[in-house]
Amino acid sequence: MLSYIIRRLAWMVFVIWGVMTLTFFIARVIPADPVAAVLPSNAPEEAIERMREEMGLNKPIWVQYAKYINGILHGDLGTSIRTRRPVLDDLLRYFPNTVELSVVALFMGTIIGISLGIVSAVRQGKALDHFSRVFAIWGLSMPAFFTGLMLIILFSHVLHWLPQLGQMPSYMRRPPKVTGFLILDTMISGNWSLVVTELKHLILPAFTLGWLSTASIVRITRSSMLETLPEEYIKTARMKGLRESTVILKHALKNALLPTITIIGLRVASLLEGAVLTETVFSWPGLGRYATASFLSIDFSAVVGVTIFISFLYSFANLAVDLLYGYLNPKIRYT
Amino acid sequence: MLGSITWRDFTRHMLKNRLSLVGLILIAALFIIAVIGPYLAPYGPYTTDPINKLEGPSRVHLFGTDNLGRDLLSRILYGARISVTIAVIVLAVSGGVGTVIGIISGYFGGGIDNILMRITDIFLAFPRLILAMAVAAALGRDLRNVVLAVAFTSWTIFARLARGQALAVKQQDYVEAARATGASNFRILFVHVLPVCISPVIIQGTIAMGGIILTVAGLGFIGFGAQPPTPEWGVMVADGRNYLPTAWWACVFPGLAIMFTVLGFNLLGDGIRDILDPRMRR
Repeated sequence: MLSYIIRRLAWMVFVIWGVMTLTFFIARVIPADPVAAVLPSNAPEEAIERMREEMGLNKPIWVQYAKYINGILHGDLGTSIRTRRPVLDDLLRYFPNTVELSVVALFMGTIIGISLGIVSAVRQGKALDHFSRVFAIWGLSMPAFFTGLMLIILFSHVLHWLPQLGQMPSYMRRPPKVTGFLILDTMISGNWSLVVTELKHLILPAFTLGWLSTASIVRITRSSMLETLPEEYIKTARMKGLRESTVILKHALKNALLPTITIIGLRVASLLEGAVLTETVFSWPGLGRYATASFLSIDFSAVVGVTIFISFLYSFANLAVDLLYGYLNPKIRYT
Repeated sequence: MLGSITWRDFTRHMLKNRLSLVGLILIAALFIIAVIGPYLAPYGPYTTDPINKLEGPSRVHLFGTDNLGRDLLSRILYGARISVTIAVIVLAVSGGVGTVIGIISGYFGGGIDNILMRITDIFLAFPRLILAMAVAAALGRDLRNVVLAVAFTSWTIFARLARGQALAVKQQDYVEAARATGASNFRILFVHVLPVCISPVIIQGTIAMGGIILTVAGLGFIGFGAQPPTPEWGVMVADGRNYLPTAWWACVFPGLAIMFTVLGFNLLGDGIRDILDPRMRR
């Protein structure tokens, strides 16, 4: 096991190097002229020259590359042209908001997904089975931005039940920063009415993001339940006279859950992707919206920073799932 | 042909599964609209009519009009062609490049295989949408660049698939025989190995199509890719969003168009996966 972990970590270092290199390639080699991307087309000659120097473009490409890698390794991702703050500060500021959204989204998606998966398996071939499968695949087919907009129309404009944008009303004061996670900080400050407001703001974006995950969770829960239900020990449990709900939830589900856990782990990585569109629609101040804004304003330091940051998170999430899976399933041989 | 299953069995299972049949019908409708849509459209996609802007659905404008008085139904019909064209090109480019990389990797093995597969792994370390956004940002906002950006992020799955096929084929007697008769590597690759990869790649392509269309629409919605006034569905949803509470139709109908398209591909893809996974074939 230990040698496996070490090998995976070494592998991780390689992947991270690859991510940095590919990102450099995208930011510096693909654009015909990176300066043209930053300055307006009618900029005077000397301004262009000064910008070239500032961006280090007058140096050979390998010098630029070495400088770039060196900067990242020292935690220096440059300064954003748009926000005028160091990119790393920006990333660390928005990251907790994305985590908050993703955790709640994954929780919602998991609860809905597992329930529908069980129902689907128990009522195989019946109306409820079809409903769950359609609901799941429908969620996978809705563009996140469209789901978001539809929920806003229904719950904010028509029913007036839930707020549509942001984390909290802008006229309210943010609690003092302790953990960086807004809801936790508000709880610590003891302002419970604000916690309720924040939770209301969280429902629609979290559902939008969570629905994307239900499809794979329903699918895998259903198929592993279908495999478990005909087993002898389930029949035994029934013959003992246990209630059907106990048989299904305690005996069958427990054994059917391992593949589901893996899928949930894999979803963690994809959440980052869904967050881009969800955050854009709901003006949620997280990494995804930061990414969109930086990409659109061709703020190269921020583009590079956010791409690398998100890809690191993505790779770490995948690594964590691999290791967790190995821990949970002793049958896997590390070769 | 497809692992353990023949095309005939495949079709039989497909027709038995009602959900994937629905998917098939949706996709057939999409392709038909992409071809004849412009002839069905009652108005031009760019014909503005400022007096009748943001009109609700009516007999004159079945889906209503947008903020410039353009007929939404006509724009959606024209948009089908754009979406299908983009998706098909992305698939052709990423499937083609991926397959070639995959068969080279699998056939030659050794160092080449190692290098190519490590490069694939690095691409897989990026979330797709982020990588596509980065490439689109670097290339500049335009529809052609979106095709490149999405293809740039989609080839990996085909490479892995084709590599697996190539590894299996290269041990076969007929490949040995071809080599013994002095056929060049190039000839063996393209005459003997490539054809074996085609049907798995097409099937994987169908499964991947829904995701590709979603990525393209997402990029359009955010502001990359097609620019207004192009009737691309993602762009239309983004446009309509500004008139939301009152003129809901301007963003609902293009959104539904994306949804049904992706739903069609996902239902079909799900059916295919069920058929290819023998445990689910009950």
